[in-house]
Amino acid sequence: MSLLEIRNLHVAIGGDEILKGIDLRVNPGEVHSIMGPNGSGKSTLAQVLSRREAYKVTEGEVRFNGKDLLVMKPEEAACEGVFMAFQYPVEIPGIGNTYFLRSALNAIRKYHGDDEVDAIDFLPMFREKLKLLEMDEKLMNRSVNEGFSGGEKKRNEILQMAVLEPKLAILDETDSGLDIDALRIVAKGVNAMRSPDRAMLVVTHYQRLLNHIVPDFVHVLVDGRIVRSGGPNLALELEEKGYGWIEGEARQAVSVSGY
Amino acid sequence: MTTAIQNVGTYLERFTEFQSRTRIEHLPWLHRLREDAFARFCATGFPTTHDEDWRFTNVAPIARTQFVLPPIGAVQISGADLQPWRMEEAAVELVFIDGQFAPELSMLDNAQRSIFVSGLEETLVKHPEQLEPHLGRYLDIRRDPFSALNTAFADDGAFVHVGRGAILEKPIHLLFVSRAYSVPTMIHPRNLLLFEEESQATVIEEYVSLGSSTMLCNSATELIAGDSATASHYMIEREHTEAFNISTLQIQQHRSANVASHSLLLGGGLVRNNVHPVLAGEGGECLISGLFIGDGGQHLDNYMYVEHASPHCSSRQFYNGILDGRAHGVFHGRIVVHKAAQKTDAKQTNRNLLLSDDAQIDTKPQLEIYADDVKCTHGATIGQIDADALFYLQSRGIDEMSARRILLLAFSGECLERMKPGPARDHAERLIRGHLLSIASRSPGQNDVSHGEPVAERSWEEVG
Repeated sequence: MSLLEIRNLHVAIGGDEILKGIDLRVNPGEVHSIMGPNGSGKSTLAQVLSRREAYKVTEGEVRFNGKDLLVMKPEEAACEGVFMAFQYPVEIPGIGNTYFLRSALNAIRKYHGDDEVDAIDFLPMFREKLKLLEMDEKLMNRSVNEGFSGGEKKRNEILQMAVLEPKLAILDETDSGLDIDALRIVAKGVNAMRSPDRAMLVVTHYQRLLNHIVPDFVHVLVDGRIVRSGGPNLALELEEKGYGWIEGEARQAVSVSGY
Repeated sequence: MTTAIQNVGTYLERFTEFQSRTRIEHLPWLHRLREDAFARFCATGFPTTHDEDWRFTNVAPIARTQFVLPPIGAVQISGADLQPWRMEEAAVELVFIDGQFAPELSMLDNAQRSIFVSGLEETLVKHPEQLEPHLGRYLDIRRDPFSALNTAFADDGAFVHVGRGAILEKPIHLLFVSRAYSVPTMIHPRNLLLFEEESQATVIEEYVSLGSSTMLCNSATELIAGDSATASHYMIEREHTEAFNISTLQIQQHRSANVASHSLLLGGGLVRNNVHPVLAGEGGECLISGLFIGDGGQHLDNYMYVEHASPHCSSRQFYNGILDGRAHGVFHGRIVVHKAAQKTDAKQTNRNLLLSDDAQIDTKPQLEIYADDVKCTHGATIGQIDADALFYLQSRGIDEMSARRILLLAFSGECLERMKPGPARDHAERLIRGHLLSIASRSPGQNDVSHGEPVAERSWEEVG
């Protein structure tokens, strides 16, 4: 059974159809990259999978671990093992990072009937993950993302992923706005999380990130449809030729098939 | 004036009754103080919404109710009834039942010689000379009819005297318990808190109800902070929602005195919280911080009047409001800088969260500056729970109700952080946590905040 199974997914926002029939299967242990030009629907797909309500599914289905993902609330999807690293992480004044992360971890543990982790047991595990992402512990005494640089925010997303240990990690444009050093640290964190029971969906516009996080599969999304799928080489090809050629091909395909 | 007391006859009757039953008759100064105050009250009557200071708060329901004085005498109440409100960590706990000091229910541990805590009436009987120089000297009965009414009926409350250089680590808890009656009752607690030079202490005034019936609690507190004294004051309103609660805290600060006023309005139906610090000595510092949380039909009015009368003083006002249901909040912050008060540094911030479509806030700053070398800023924001923040928390596994509660706690936390760590802050935090639990569970998604609608935020900041 696939971990994530998307069938003929159509999604609209405010009456505009953004996704026009996506099919995708992701198995445990696999890293899939979703690439595509701006406005192709990449982020919409990520948002729908993390259960943002503003997006309306008009057709199709999504099964996660055999369960219907589309009836889940965001917190249920999270507890089932879906994690989204946001493109623009929110600043939440007044809530300490450490407190927030421990609350999240305990909410998920509670959902699975596990005991909550107290502050003392939490700390050693937490410190280890901080080290992995080369983050200063002082940042953790501050409010969630408040006053963080762009790179710190992205690293904080991966830190949360490392603590919450999801089954499916969705990285939404995690590379945007990162300098090469920050990118390496983020990629190191992500790669450390790769395991046979965990799948990843790496959403990105540029191939750059994929030099560091090498995917098993690359899918190209154009105008709400996956127009091509392939191995890591497809990303290199896109980097070289740009999205123009594939968009042109997609348009041709559409006109030939008469849609 | 229109206002005129619809019930002037009733108040005259009550005042005559009050005078005939008071235990203190031999103090001409006190007699005069009350007579003058009553005359003043009769002359002005209750304020109306035509009065600028009362524009957003209509006290007609108070004006048209016929209140009686609660009976005096033996208090039929047991220690067990009070258990939910006790504060274990307090150094001293004075209990007042319907405004009357109940020594048998109080915890009086005056072990520390330099600190004297007692009932006001008892002190008027035994040591009136200690009160005469201060009582009624700072509270301006001409500014506010409720202050006049309180002074006319002032006979009991707390007297706290913190001697020169005395430092009390644990708080003094003043617990005012109102009982239910078949007719509307009114009480007028009057407190005098005297902090001598270089002393330091914390006083908590807390108002609660035993049972619920229409009542008016109209309290007034005069707090005098001597040179270099450090005073913390907490006003905690937790009465039932049929209560009218008017409270006035008048602060007189001398040279380099440091005063912090924390207000926590959780209960009461119609509440008006007046804080009026006068920075009379050079180099004084004043913090006026508050949190008001209303739902149902609660009306919570915060009226600040900060008076800078000396140079080099700073004042900070921070009030946060959370309003749900049909609750109506008011923040009225007035800063007056007198001509002599050069180098004044005054700041005022009011932030509000509206959780429902019917909740309402009126926020109004007023700066009156007569000095030319000052820094005064004020600002206010009105918003809703941030939908993106809510989604972010949910996307990490935290359920919607808990996420709402966490966000409300964070908003309230700004007020908690301004309190010094210690038993008073712990007490306030417990009350806030408990209260927010019920608010967060009552109104999930009432506003469709989870639908990613743009969050309306109105905000302004001015520097003058």
